[in-house]
Amino acid sequence: MPLTDSALQEEHAAPRKQRVVNDFSLQVATVNGSGSQTANLVLLRSILLMGVPVSGKNMFPSNIAGLPTWYTIRASKRGYTGRKKEVDFLVAMNPETAKEDVLTLEPGAAVVYDEPLKLNALRSDLVFYPVPFDKLVAPVCSDAKLRRLVRNMIYDGILAKLLGIDLTFMDKALGRQMGKKAKAVALNQAALKAGWDFAEANLTKQDPFALEPMNLTAGKILIEGNQAAAIGCLMAGVTVVAWYPITPSSSLVESLIGYMKKHRVDKETGKATFAVVQAEDEIASLGMVIGASWAGARSMTSTSGPGISLMSEFTGLAYYAETPAVIFDVQRVGPSTGLPTRTAQGDLLFVAVLSHGDTKHIMLLPSSVEECYAMAMEAFELAEHFQTPVFVMLDLDLGMNNWMSDGFEYPTKPIDRGKLLTPDVLKRLGEWGRYRDVDGDGIAYRTVPGDGMPAYFTRGSGHNAKGQYSERPDDYVENMNRLARKFETARRFVPKPVIETVAGAKVGLVGYGTSHWAMIESRDQLREESDVKTSYFRLRAYPFDDHELAAFIDAHERIYVIEQNRDAQLLQLMKLDLSPERVAKLRSVRHYNGLPIDARSVTDDVLSQEGYEVAERNGRVARAGMTGGE
Amino acid sequence: MTTPLKVNRIGLEPQIYKGSKTTLCAGCGHNAISERIIDAFYEMGVDPRRVIKLSGIGCSSKSPAYFMGGSHGFNAVHGRMPSVATGALLANKKLIAIGVSGDGDTSAIGIGQFVHLMRRNLPIVYIIEDNGCYGLTKGQFSPTADLGSTLKTGVVNDLPPIDTCALAIELGATFVARSFSGDKKQLLALLKAALAHRGTAMLDVISPCVTFNDHEGSTKSYAYAKDHDDPLEELSFVPFFEDISVDYEPGSTQEVTMHDGSKLYLKKLDEVFDPTDKIAALSRLREIARRGEFATGLIYFEPDRDDFLAQLNLIDEPLASLPPSRVRPGQEALDEIMDSLR
Ligand SMILES: Cc1ncc(C[n+]2csc(CCOP(=O)(O)OP(=O)(O)O)c2C)c(N)n1
Ligand code: SF4
Repeated sequence: MPLTDSALQEEHAAPRKQRVVNDFSLQVATVNGSGSQTANLVLLRSILLMGVPVSGKNMFPSNIAGLPTWYTIRASKRGYTGRKKEVDFLVAMNPETAKEDVLTLEPGAAVVYDEPLKLNALRSDLVFYPVPFDKLVAPVCSDAKLRRLVRNMIYDGILAKLLGIDLTFMDKALGRQMGKKAKAVALNQAALKAGWDFAEANLTKQDPFALEPMNLTAGKILIEGNQAAAIGCLMAGVTVVAWYPITPSSSLVESLIGYMKKHRVDKETGKATFAVVQAEDEIASLGMVIGASWAGARSMTSTSGPGISLMSEFTGLAYYAETPAVIFDVQRVGPSTGLPTRTAQGDLLFVAVLSHGDTKHIMLLPSSVEECYAMAMEAFELAEHFQTPVFVMLDLDLGMNNWMSDGFEYPTKPIDRGKLLTPDVLKRLGEWGRYRDVDGDGIAYRTVPGDGMPAYFTRGSGHNAKGQYSERPDDYVENMNRLARKFETARRFVPKPVIETVAGAKVGLVGYGTSHWAMIESRDQLREESDVKTSYFRLRAYPFDDHELAAFIDAHERIYVIEQNRDAQLLQLMKLDLSPERVAKLRSVRHYNGLPIDARSVTDDVLSQEGYEVAERNGRVARAGMTGGE
Repeated sequence: MTTPLKVNRIGLEPQIYKGSKTTLCAGCGHNAISERIIDAFYEMGVDPRRVIKLSGIGCSSKSPAYFMGGSHGFNAVHGRMPSVATGALLANKKLIAIGVSGDGDTSAIGIGQFVHLMRRNLPIVYIIEDNGCYGLTKGQFSPTADLGSTLKTGVVNDLPPIDTCALAIELGATFVARSFSGDKKQLLALLKAALAHRGTAMLDVISPCVTFNDHEGSTKSYAYAKDHDDPLEELSFVPFFEDISVDYEPGSTQEVTMHDGSKLYLKKLDEVFDPTDKIAALSRLREIARRGEFATGLIYFEPDRDDFLAQLNLIDEPLASLPPSRVRPGQEALDEIMDSLR
């Protein structure tokens, strides 16, 4: 039974005694364009430097300046880096949203706020820390134009004092963030200090949330998934990049450009071993990628759902003409204005069969920044090995948020360009045909212009095994069957699922991508809070490993397919590979409110479908299968 | 007695420059253009192994299969050949690219990519086989159809045409010409000059569709083209490898030196016209169009602008064939990146 409001208020009116160490989430509510990102990243990194596992998520509007944004930092001694549903500590800097931000907090939460907002009148079950930011910033910063930025560093100083972050960590993080800009560093250090001093003199710690040094982050990096993927592209030896800007994918190519300029310019001549073109749209981006791959370059593009929509026709051409292409899809919420800067796993079904005719595509499904890096490299290998488009499916949460990770390992596999015809191969084969399956794996040898090998005329659907024009039904069927064979070869070749089977578990959880982080935490909650044991199955690529999937379903009574879209796209796609008896065991957990999926939503949903009574949260009860989030 | 085989300057026979048998209608202007392309590549002694042929979709876009059989070809999707060509040249800047499009493929569905190709001044010979209609989908108007021209069914076009030459000049193409598939001499000279140019060479070639747009009332018919073709100049092309001097009266002829050292002689016909003057070129196009005629010949020429690939400061070797050691940075690069993230 949910507790009543009054019961809660009574319980939390007095400060909570029990300290909560290294296990809370802190949210900074600001206006975008106010320059709070530096302060947020300094805070994030200083927690990392303390040895405490941490993650940072930015919820921002599709706007350049003036609309609300929320940056959430989660510290977790157990290493959970998925989104935590509840906010424990709020920094309310935005007058527009402050009231609602405060009203939606869980009882017992703490609020640092700009004093003139008078938020303490709103609730009696929270801990309030009023701070006169304007008064504090004036002596620190004489330049009125800079004050708006420097104000943010003051809350870092306040938080350092209230949460127990040694200022040396903050200073070090500041140095990393600002680099060699001595003047800026000094100004921000002064602001940090002003915040700290104010808190020391005027604020009495009343909330239970605290940070204490641990040793869980030695050697860890902080990175966004897009940046990790860019490093993967760099190390994969990509040479031609064509793109069209779109949030949340732009930062992938933008960071790639930075890395290429640094690491891929010939030392002697000063000339580039890469070309990057900002194309006129996504149709042209993919056209350029296809042209470049056809002519033998390692080539890629990066986009999001709207761009994928435009790439549909060319994707089909590349599939039929058998041209490699690497396409990053950093998924976001639906079309046009509204929620383009929010996260979703909404493109899975569409991309799996993108284009007209019989088409199906390889997709890689990274869930961590490390996998963004490794799968970026893998994507190029697969695209050239299978001579087909390969999609790498990130989402905004993974691509644009700050994740903690071990450092990336240098690739051990040498670059393999796939089946390119050489004079030796030609001698062995005797006769070459562009689409002849000589090895039985569905993959034919190709030639590229300028390589001195036989030329052929590349077309879409109408060709025979020799690559000659043909509209004959038997040629078409033979070719389509070979393409299907090639796809089956790929099924055994793509990254394997991660499986953890728990003895005695009747329930299995299946998911992919960023849902992973909510799933692993939810499994702990299910086990510890409700004694529900679960096994775990994370898909890492499409085509799915149908054997493993079938075995996993057979070993459990009920399978929850967890994903971040309304229509259970992953579940629908799985059905294609499964018998009706196995399909009957599948249940669906869907989260689609634009925020990253969180463990509590998964736990509540699974429990309610398992027949448990689930507590009301924020005035709402989890509805089986379709919470849509909160 | 056997006659010695005819070969070009790189020792190849004409046969090598041919493609498979055309499947277009007999008398289609596109076939004549294919023949001129074969002649131009043969006579210029271009190595077919370095050539790529690209096209979109349409009767015109099928034609790259009918010339240069020893070269790689790519029949892309409708209106999107420019992007594929751009990618291919980025991969290998040593390739010689010829793109064949139709007036529908270029000026309707493909206008966006056309615009950006011209803007980039990509080194390519870009040919529009312009019949004022969609041949492959059975004769609908295309955006180059003139005001007042009619379909076979009598339907009248009441929208103004897109002048692809004016557009190309405006956008930054550095070699812009118009010709007529029936004018063998002019078209051949222009194609050879286009091959000698470095940058986008855009040729709009009036190429009548005998099946759907060769009737009275059409402004893209053979009869209309013959009557209204207004050549700006008489062209003679002398390739760099031929030591021929051309005598001309000073003042009557303009001598133009191409990128590869070839020479183009433009003998003035009616008025004095300088194709390197952008504004003059545009106004000349307009004036002649106002008279109900169409200007042919070299309309605009800008020999010295950097092409798109030159602007990218690429390494000399093709990107496509760089060995792994040159494209995968070493361990120290990754270490440096990782350190910057700690
Ligand atoms: C996306 C798409 N839309 C429509 C078509 C149908 N289509 C094929 S060719 C063509 C027009 C070709 O006209 P043009 O480029 O002038 O060439 P022509 O056949 O006259 O030489 C059209 C509309 C297509 N292939 N693809
Ligand atoms: S329909 Fe027209 S354009 Fe097409 S091949 Fe026939 S004559 Fe040429």
